[in-house]
Parts: sequence; structure tokens; C-alpha cells
Amino acid sequence: MIHQNQGKTLVEKIWDDHVVKSEEGFPDILYIDTHLIHEVTSPQAFDGLRKRGLPVFRPQQTVATADHNVPTLNQHLPIAEELSRYQVDMLTKNCAEFGVELYGLGHPYQGIVHVIGPELGITQPGKTMVCGDSHTSTHGAFGAIAFGIGTSQVEQVFATQCLLLQKPKTMKIEVNGELGKGVGAKDIILYIIAQISAAGGTGYFIEYAGSTIRSLSMEERMTICNMSIEMGARGGLIAPDQTTFDYVKGRQFAPKGEDWDIALDYWKTLYSDEHAKFDAVLEFHAKDIAPMITYGTNPGMGMGINDNIPSKLAQPETEQPSFQKALDYMGFLDNQPILGKPVDYVFIGSCTNSRIEDLREVADFVKGKQKDPNVEVWIVPGSKQVEAQAIEEGLDQIFQSAGFQLREPGCSACLGMNEDKIPAGKYCVSTSNRNFEGRQGPNARTMLVSPLTAAAAAVTGKITDVRELLS
Amino acid sequence: MKKFETITSRVVPLPIENIDTDQIIPARFLKATTREGFGNNLFRDWRYDSNNEPKADFVMNNPTYSGKILVAGKNFGCGSSREHAAWAIEDYGFDVVISSFFADIFKGNALNNGVLPIQVSDEFLEKVFETTFSNPNSEITVDLEAQTVTIKDSGDVESFEINPYKKSCLINGYDDIDFILSHVEDITYFEKTR
Ligand code: SF4
Repeated sequence: MIHQNQGKTLVEKIWDDHVVKSEEGFPDILYIDTHLIHEVTSPQAFDGLRKRGLPVFRPQQTVATADHNVPTLNQHLPIAEELSRYQVDMLTKNCAEFGVELYGLGHPYQGIVHVIGPELGITQPGKTMVCGDSHTSTHGAFGAIAFGIGTSQVEQVFATQCLLLQKPKTMKIEVNGELGKGVGAKDIILYIIAQISAAGGTGYFIEYAGSTIRSLSMEERMTICNMSIEMGARGGLIAPDQTTFDYVKGRQFAPKGEDWDIALDYWKTLYSDEHAKFDAVLEFHAKDIAPMITYGTNPGMGMGINDNIPSKLAQPETEQPSFQKALDYMGFLDNQPILGKPVDYVFIGSCTNSRIEDLREVADFVKGKQKDPNVEVWIVPGSKQVEAQAIEEGLDQIFQSAGFQLREPGCSACLGMNEDKIPAGKYCVSTSNRNFEGRQGPNARTMLVSPLTAAAAAVTGKITDVRELLS
Repeated sequence: MKKFETITSRVVPLPIENIDTDQIIPARFLKATTREGFGNNLFRDWRYDSNNEPKADFVMNNPTYSGKILVAGKNFGCGSSREHAAWAIEDYGFDVVISSFFADIFKGNALNNGVLPIQVSDEFLEKVFETTFSNPNSEITVDLEAQTVTIKDSGDVESFEINPYKKSCLINGYDDIDFILSHVEDITYFEKTR
């Protein structure tokens, strides 16, 4: 018998509110409120539309930006690399032809797609949002169902503003208690992934809950949801609350006046009911979390910064060869500490950690300090608006005196696709989200950390426990 | 996508198990940027020798056997998930692949490209091979609506399973976009009433 007072999870509530049609034996037709696009995964989909002779069904619900291929120096000049330039030009042409709003290079709203959506107020609670990019999960921080899709699905959304999908399984991850000094949102998510592995969330939509999550700012929540995909999850979200409403209010595309009141009434219903059933539930304690760092070549290979790299023999036998391969790639030995290792590059940026709060936190820490002479430090704001805000607040001056380079917005060294690459064999402490082989450039070695831990490495030139530098 | 209609055709028998997608279309042919033209390289290394001469002993080079139905051994399409394998089979001119087991990803890729993978029992598969080898002109009828496959010579019939949504896609020549567009009134109604 179906229990009458079963209650719904947040994912189910939003999902059910967007089902256009649900038939036995068929996937649901799910309505998509907002479609974000960028230059890399859209051209073949636009091409598909052209072949079918179809328009973009709801161009006003589609927003484009150029981020993956853009240089972060001299953005006023034409892009030097030919294929990158071609892809960015193609986006401009396609958006003009199909009537899609483009915040391209030079536009005051341009930036990483997952940074501009929230800051423009496009990202809102209760929405369904997709993008041909796996880190679309970022937008879940607002209590939205947001996930990455393939290019053929990009074409589906262009053509119909809908997707054919099966309802996903749900997992609740609770984090409770107070975070220690020097420990932030990035450490929470790196800790969770290290605990459950890079495949631990496969097949699930994750709802993050608990007192620790509630206490986070919106930008910190975005950092958490951003990396849901790194444990294999379809997406991650957090129920909206006053923190969310305060963040959205007054932004460019947020509802205004009476519309705001109507929206707010609805948003306040967006939480998982008390008796809602999740397919899986996990709980973690904030006090167990130290500043985190990855030592291997997937985001699940993370540990507390003071820990030793795990022993190879402690790994399941079938996984030992790939564990060894990862350590060989990184130039590390098992059972060794990582603390004190010299660093060549520090990259503070990407859709995980390039927002104004990240830049403020770093500036606050480095004020009056100097970078180590052997380290190159790149700070890449997530958007033109973040860049402008940083300059307005004088953060650029602080970075400059510390010897940090403040570059122009884009994905930058998060992926070895544009001009910003880490040279082969070099160690990069990075606030981005992926440490795969070659992710930051062929044979580059990536260690994922929080902005604060990255700043500590920048000033000491080596892997450092930031807690020792905090007064 | 073209509409899938009842097919009666001779068959191309390939009684080999575990045919992986690297055999169906070798990796070196994946550099093309369109979906067209892969048929020329279907089973490339079985069809041609290193001098690009057709290998006489391979079934596809034997004019005795032809048709729109490929019949293959158990676990067809395993290995790499490349959709190019389905494109190659479709581009070559096969509408149906019959086997006693399909790798999951290949099955999905085939259906998305208008190729019907039919899973039959080991016994039925054996019968198809026997009939074809004793009479290469014998035909098979695939009735998607009724979900049956019939060996004309012997009259043996077996029914097969297919996801009802994918069935309607094939019968109507729809892909996912066509399917959603056929509900465009539902979409606009949803937009008005939410
Ligand atoms: S910053 Fe990195 S992860 Fe984020 S959208 Fe760009 S390339 Fe992807």
C-alpha cells in the first residue's frame, strides 16, 4: 500500500513540477527552464537544428557565453590560436542566426558559464537548468535541478526546451557541526569525495543537508554542488533558505516586485519533506575535516594535508596497478607525506573557486605578504563582474604587491584547452575540480586544494598547512 | 530517422561470438567529424587484407550472402562504447542485427540510429544459421509491430522484447527530438498553465 504521508524529496518536488508528460513505459518529458551554452559543446547541436530546419524553440530561455577557449591575457586582441578562435566565432555566428543572447568576449557579463548564471540572477530555486557541461551541478546550490548533458541532448533542448529522462535515484549527504579554522567548503567536498570515492555517487542526485551546509554562504554552497559530478553523481542540490533568497534578490534577472513575492512563496515550499525517502543517506562530521589535498589523478584520491599518502598495499588488489600508475604520474611515493613538497604553479580560478568571496579570502590572507620567488601564481576571476568587483575593492593592488598575476576571466588552466597550460612535469596547486592526467596540460601534475591552501602554497613555495599561518 | 517497416530479407550470417566494436569499426577510422561514410570500413580488418584487397573467405565478400539482416553470435557489440559502430552498420545498409545477446551500450546506440537489435534464444539463433547455410536464399521476416521474427523456410517464429518507447520511435521513424516535438502541444500547454 502506498503510504499517504510519505512526503517528497526536494528533487522529486522540482522534478514533478516540470514533467510535461509521464507515460508508463516511457521516459518522462521534462521541461527545462534555462539552457546555458558555451562554444565547445554547441556547434554540432546548432548544426543538427539546421539539418532539421528547426529554430531554437525558446531562444529567450537560452543564454550563451564563451569561456573554455578564451585567453586570459589581452582579451581585446583576436584569439591567437586558430581552432579556438574558430569555435568562438562560430558561437557568435550561431547565436546571431538563432536569436540566442550571447555574453561573449568583451561583454561586461562574460565569464565561466557556471559563474555568470548565479551572479546574473538567472539561476533560481526550483528551476530546471542544463548545459552541455558536467559542472552544471553548480547551480544546484540554489535548490535547482541542474545537470550536464551531451551534445545530442543540447540539440534536444534547442529543439523542444525539453529532455527525455528517467527520474534519478536520490541520496542525502548530511554534514553536521562546526568547521575548524582554515577549513572551508572546498575541503568539505574534497573530503566527501575521498570518503566515498570518485564513483560513490554514480546514478544519484545528491541533496546536501545538515547544520554545516546550512551555515555556508551561497558561493560556498556552489563550490560544494560544483564537484558533485566528481563522485559520479548526476547532480547535487541544497534546499533554498534565507541565505539563498538574500543572494538572489535584486540581481539582474531575478524576479522583481509582485513577481518576487509569488516566486518567494513558491521557493519556501522547496525542501525535502520530513518523511521523504532517499535511496541512500550518508552523514559526515565537520570536526573530522582538515584542509584537504589530492595526491593522485582522480578527485577521490584526496587526504588531509598532514596525512601520508596511503599505502598501495592497503588498496584492493585489482586497483593497485592504477593506484601505482597515478603515483608514478605525480612523482610521489606511497606512505610519504605531501607536506613541504615544493610547488611550481598556483592556480586560483575555475567554476569551483573563482568568485569574489574566493578572491577576497585569498587577498585577506596574502595582504602584506609576498609570493615565493620560485612559484608562478595565476588568479583568474570567474567573470567580468568578479574582475570588476575585485578591482573596485582594491584586491588587484594586494595581488600585485604580492607578485600574483590577476588575469582576465575564463576557464583558464582548469583544462588544457586554451593558452593557459601547466608545463609537463610541473606541480600545480589548483583550486579547480579535476586532477586527471593531462587535465592542466600534457603531463602537468595537479593537486586540488581550497583557495586558502593555494594561497599558503603561493607564499611559502611548498605544500603548507594553512592553519599554521593563520593568527 | 527513416520509418522501420516489416522487413523480409535474406541474411548475412556471422557465427562468431563476442564481436567487439573494434572489429565492427577499428579505432583508426574514428577521426571523421560527420556520421556518414563509416559503412565502407565496417568490419574493415575482416573484410580487407593489409593491401586493401577484399578477403575472399569473409562472408561480406561472398555474393552468395546478402541482405538487410546481419545475424551474429552471442554478445554482439561488446567493448568500446563508440556509436560509430552503429553508424557503420546503418551506413552499410543493415536494418536489423539478430543475436542471442547484445552489449548494452551497443543496443542503445543501434536503436538511436534506426537499427533494430533483436535478441533471440540460442536455439533460434542456431536454427537461423542452419537454415541460411543450407539455403542462402532463405529469408527472414521481422515484424516489429507484432514483435516477431520468422524463418520463412521452416516457419519457426520467435517473439522478441523491445522498450515500447523505442518501438514507437522506430515504427514512426522518430528520434527523441521528433518524439518530443510530437508532444509540442503538451509543451505549450505546460508553459501556459504552470
Ligand atoms: S572552469 Fe573548468 S570545470 Fe568549470 S566549466 Fe570551465 S573547464 Fe569546465
